[in-house]
Amino acid sequence: MDIVGLISIALTSIFISNILLAKFLGMCSFLECAKTVKTANGLGLAVVFVLTLTAPLNWLIFNHLLKEDALTWIPGVEAGSVSLEFLQFLTFIAVIASSVQIVEMALEKFSPALYSALGIFLPLITVNCAILGVSLFMIEEDYNLLETVVFAFSSGIGWWLAIMGLAAINKKMMYSHVPEALKGLGMTFITTGLMAMAFMCFAGIEL
Amino acid sequence: MSFSKSKEGQVLSNPLVQVNPIMVQTLGVCSALAVTAELKPSLVMSLSLTAVLTCSNVIISLIRNFIPNKIRIIVFMIVISTLVALADQVLKAYVFEVSKQLSVFVGLIITNCIVMGRAEAFATTNTPKMALLDGLGNGAGYSLVLCVCGAFREVLGAGTIWGAKLPGIDSMYAAGYVNNGLMVLAPGAFFLIGLFIWVSNTLYRSSK
Repeated sequence: MDIVGLISIALTSIFISNILLAKFLGMCSFLECAKTVKTANGLGLAVVFVLTLTAPLNWLIFNHLLKEDALTWIPGVEAGSVSLEFLQFLTFIAVIASSVQIVEMALEKFSPALYSALGIFLPLITVNCAILGVSLFMIEEDYNLLETVVFAFSSGIGWWLAIMGLAAINKKMMYSHVPEALKGLGMTFITTGLMAMAFMCFAGIEL
Repeated sequence: MSFSKSKEGQVLSNPLVQVNPIMVQTLGVCSALAVTAELKPSLVMSLSLTAVLTCSNVIISLIRNFIPNKIRIIVFMIVISTLVALADQVLKAYVFEVSKQLSVFVGLIITNCIVMGRAEAFATTNTPKMALLDGLGNGAGYSLVLCVCGAFREVLGAGTIWGAKLPGIDSMYAAGYVNNGLMVLAPGAFFLIGLFIWVSNTLYRSSK
């Protein structure tokens, strides 16, 4: 895999098919937490962190345990051809939930400063569909390990970028006259739609 | 007391509009946006989610007195992901084309906050019968938004409904009508849901 390919994956997942604005993943916490810039920043950082950690882990587990023909290293006649792919949902979510838990405990012990910044966001992350979504997409796209790391990291950056953008726009919006019935969630949707439109101008770029 | 006024009836009918999972509770928004470019995948997705939600609500409600509080999230996750894996296999077996179109979003029912949210907020504290009704009600509320959204986007964006051309669309093309390409793309979904929320807020408030 050459470096150009990796850069192309990175740019694609940050701008062209942004995980939030084009693939619609992680919407729930996006809509709930974009109220202040500070919260948005903390959650964005936590997403980048957890994504970069769990996607490669899931990749290793999928390719060395679950995939068809992955078990050939077990001596035995039948074991080699067993495909455990139907277990992927269960495995991925277990990996994500437990690594989030471990990260939380490790942070609390070794880096209290970072923990106080990210701490409350970590439990939220388990049910953020962006995390599971990236793991499922990397299977769909058939990435290798290095590509997976780049894909996961830059998807996280893309998500961070989008939530920071929305939080900043929401802050400005406090001074605007929004129709009463549209206030809150409705307006957030329209704003996000406009952001998605802005990001669509990257769509024509060929790398 | 009529059925619609009884507690059971309210549990079933409230999530349709008043506490609609997508528009009011902000649950399960991701899939609502992602799969609604056409009507058919929207309907399949709605049915799968309703099935998973109802089953998980009933199961969790049945075992609610045995789940230790500290690990309840993990228990929910296991119940839900087992059900989703089942749903995925069923979809692959019977509607393979649509299942390809939905791609990862069937798997993402696991992290669809509706299922998790209703398990946490309702199934852990109510009897299996009420949990069943709650699951059906919320599933219906979700399906309503998905199908209306899917129908709008398919009609406006592609000029078809359920894959078939609208009657009279050819003469409209001849007269210079063009499909609204924005509707099929991401921003169209955001705008539509935003407008739905606006409409439902206006209607609900004026009827109060």
